[in-house]
Amino acid sequence: MKIGYYPGCAITKGSSSEEYGTSVMRVSKVIGPEIEEIPDWSCCGASSAHATNHKLSTALSVRNLSLAEKHEYKEILAPCPMCSQRLIISQKDVQEDAVLKREVEDAIEMPCGTKVKVSNYLEIVKNYYMDEIKQKIKKTAKGFKVACYYGCLLVRPPKVLKFDDPEDPQSMDEIVRAIGAEPIEWEFKTNCCGGGFTLSRTDVVVKLTNDILEGAEEAGAHAIAVACPMCHANLDMRQKKIEKEYKRKFNIPIVYISELIGLALGLGPIGLGLDKHFVDTKSVVDAYT
Amino acid sequence: MKIKINLDNTSSDFAKEVEKRSGIKVKECYQCGKCTAGCPVAYEMDYMPNQIIRLVQIGARREALTSRTIWLCASCITCSTRCPKEVKIAELMDVLREMALEENLANPLEKNITAFHESFLNSVKKHGRISEVWMLNEYKMKRPKTALQDLAVAPHMIAKGKLSFLPHDIKGKDAIARIFKKCKPK
Ligand code: SF4
Ligand code: SF4
Repeated sequence: MKIGYYPGCAITKGSSSEEYGTSVMRVSKVIGPEIEEIPDWSCCGASSAHATNHKLSTALSVRNLSLAEKHEYKEILAPCPMCSQRLIISQKDVQEDAVLKREVEDAIEMPCGTKVKVSNYLEIVKNYYMDEIKQKIKKTAKGFKVACYYGCLLVRPPKVLKFDDPEDPQSMDEIVRAIGAEPIEWEFKTNCCGGGFTLSRTDVVVKLTNDILEGAEEAGAHAIAVACPMCHANLDMRQKKIEKEYKRKFNIPIVYISELIGLALGLGPIGLGLDKHFVDTKSVVDAYT
Repeated sequence: MKIKINLDNTSSDFAKEVEKRSGIKVKECYQCGKCTAGCPVAYEMDYMPNQIIRLVQIGARREALTSRTIWLCASCITCSTRCPKEVKIAELMDVLREMALEENLANPLEKNITAFHESFLNSVKKHGRISEVWMLNEYKMKRPKTALQDLAVAPHMIAKGKLSFLPHDIKGKDAIARIFKKCKPK
């Protein structure tokens, strides 16, 4: 299956969360899909456009949908949930608002891409590749407890994204089970990590992520799995600061779901980017035998 | 929390204007407080999310648009998801932020947040994509006090090749600049 790939700024090569993109691509080579980067894609505007200028946010997102349709892709994979959420909401907004649609077409100088389907990474794996994983799995991590952390953007707003349950989603848990680890029950699956405030209101991020890490620890998690570069940055990059601020020790590795799938498929940890994290991931790598 | 509002400064047009711009049914809210109960950032806000709705309902334009709350809202959409009346509160915050910027009313106490958005968008406008180093540079020049907290993580990021110093210019960056021009706020 061929799919248009929209990496977005955060996970493209040379960016702070490139290991997410790298591991998605490595895993795709083994189980699929065949991914092709959408030529000349641009930033979706992320939280900053969306927070300040609706028309700009819509136009910046829809430009990429239009490019995808121009290159005849029926479906796009956008592994960053900020991107997938923005692309899906913007598509719906132009579908429903003829005036906005005209304004956006005038701004992007192309017809709006209203048909192409946008999917997040969990969706793609769950919808198309669970059997492939079961067939190609080489290693398992028996008894390794994983807290699946979905955050906000994958599941909300549920009526628009139509992806999973906004309070107790299951897709990542199912994938974790399929790759031989143990998803745990915990209460913070879709709590907010503070998202884009990591630079502007670090204090808010530190408080919210402390709650999430504490929740995972109390539930006995050995690692937290994520599918979002912002969740990852806040939980991984800021973990030292959280520990210092709250005078405690977590040392919980934060791994992308694609990295875990890669380990189960027998791919090397360095190629997957597991050496790029702030919190050491050795315990995760060692768990897969 | 008790708040005092000068009713002389309210205007009944405000709720209508917000509803017209956003399609959000502000009047539907019956002040149950469920939105506030689940809001992760409520502890830092000057008005609780349900109070923001109330401000709009009674037409307290200035209080709503100069609140810190609209900037502290993390757009997590927990409130809209749980509201029994399906009031789109998160989306309401978007509209109020946009109006606050248009009218130059953004609360200066949350300047870090607005400066971040500006730096981010300037990078997109210039390059078509985010160049993290350029964006950070502009943001740190605007808000030098925030620089210190990030010095701790910078060496790790550079050592692991996580920060690219080259701007990610796309071919169509002129087209992006035109999008910005056409979507300029009023
Ligand atoms: S949850 Fe809905 S109805 Fe209840 S206070 Fe909030 S906006 Fe109003
Ligand atoms: S969207 Fe904003 S107001 Fe609503 S719960 Fe999240 S942070 Fe609070």
